Amino acid sequence: MPPIIEVKDLSFAYSPGIPVLEDVSFCINAGQSGCIVGPNGGGKSTLLKLLLGLLQPDSGSISIFNTSPVNARAKIGYMPQYHQLDASFPASVMEVTLMGRIKPRTLFCYRKADRAVAMEALDILGIADLAQRSFAGLSGGQRQRVLIARALAGQPELLLLDEPTANIDPGAEEQFYSTLEQLRRQMTVITVSHDLGFVNRETDLVICVNRSVNLHCATDFTAETADAVYHHHVNMIKHDHACFCHCEKESPCHD
Amino acid sequence: MIDIHSIIFSPEWGFLRFAILVGICVSPALGVIGTMVVTRRISSLAGASTHAALGGFGLALFLQRVCMLEWFTPTLGAVIGAVGAAVAVGLVSIFAREREDTVIGAVWAVGMSIGLLFLDRTPGYVDWQGYLFGSILLLTEHDLIMTLILDAVILIPTVIFFPALLAMSFDDTFARLRGIKVTLMYIGLLILTALTIVLLINLVGIMLVIALLTLPAAAAGCYTSHLRSTMFLAALFNALFIFCGLLLSSIMALPSGPTVVVLAGIVYISSMIWKKYHSK
Repeated sequence: MPPIIEVKDLSFAYSPGIPVLEDVSFCINAGQSGCIVGPNGGGKSTLLKLLLGLLQPDSGSISIFNTSPVNARAKIGYMPQYHQLDASFPASVMEVTLMGRIKPRTLFCYRKADRAVAMEALDILGIADLAQRSFAGLSGGQRQRVLIARALAGQPELLLLDEPTANIDPGAEEQFYSTLEQLRRQMTVITVSHDLGFVNRETDLVICVNRSVNLHCATDFTAETADAVYHHHVNMIKHDHACFCHCEKESPCHD
Repeated sequence: MIDIHSIIFSPEWGFLRFAILVGICVSPALGVIGTMVVTRRISSLAGASTHAALGGFGLALFLQRVCMLEWFTPTLGAVIGAVGAAVAVGLVSIFAREREDTVIGAVWAVGMSIGLLFLDRTPGYVDWQGYLFGSILLLTEHDLIMTLILDAVILIPTVIFFPALLAMSFDDTFARLRGIKVTLMYIGLLILTALTIVLLINLVGIMLVIALLTLPAAAAGCYTSHLRSTMFLAALFNALFIFCGLLLSSIMALPSGPTVVVLAGIVYISSMIWKKYHSK
């Protein structure tokens, strides 16, 4: 079975001579979930944009589901950080979620089937009761959930979440983690996170991005590994969690 | 004292009744475009486009009178100036991604200056004040026909492509990932905005177009939580402001454009205050 994400010898720079990512190679197999970590400016967002095909690599290649990122987009669900969006935009939660169902041929309005899928996505996130509420009136954590529901509404096979725990409401954490756990069983989930505690708890693979990219098995990802990536001491809390990954040694394209 | 009866029936007030008719007809297009300008936050881009229209207008008038290019009408010049500026600034903001405000400022000032220079060298009388501050006496049947065409050109695609329009206004990156032609739609929106601007110039003048484009939509946004209803209410507000403003300006012998805009401004500020206390 081919890997879901395969990155080979990738390099990228916004301006010539200042590489953001250099000689990056890694792959993620079906059934694995990953968390992208690394210091600010290390290239996390750039890697995400490259995976979505919003940026083109200077050299090297990315293949997702055995095709280019642009062609794979229909199978990718993406959740941006909610503060990148207009907080006062006039739309209901349902309308925002339905955007995950849009296709170039969606004209006039959405179909009943689209609404059912969107409602189901809201239900998975536990916010079906908010469907008719205004998106602008929600808390940060609720908005983040709506954006995950929007990504799910596209029925993706790969879910890319940018900082899903950044604005989580206190008290709702446990439920949120179990939701993610549930999603991980159905599809490949890649998250970008600053929260290193979140890493060990929820993922098989830790994708460390700091100009170069290193993959670690989550249980192998220790305080020393984190220090090496961030170039200074990082305080970590070890979450004991069963790790069923078979990453570095068995990944065919990782050396 | 002018009484309402004579405004409604007397032939000498025909121009006012006609201006109100044009104003009400332009409202649906204005409601849609104004809402998009406010939610996409492109009001300064629209301002640059408006002032560049004066550049095109001045050039056209100059060529008409000096070079005898009869076909190059001022309206055509204004359309070229407004659309050219809007698309140019839009492309800069998409592809250069920086210094958008500088480009807007430059287009705004240079466009207007070019217009004023050409008008200065154009022989014969030019009612440039009418173009700056609006003159409902300048409205012709041609304007009414153009307004109705504009309504169709704006409303039909808005209804057909509404889901895509909503998705791209909310989050253009996500819409692009879902296969929506975001750049194409954005350029289309800018062209329609520029065309609306040119039509509005005769009604309220270059200086006040931005106010009429943004204030009713911003006021409507205080009462609604869906893009569709914001557009609808903005169109209603537009019709109301133009109707009351023109009537009031005639009765009190005030300039029409500023009267309409002050009315819109009062409603906008009241709406903001209402929203602030209502949402608590």
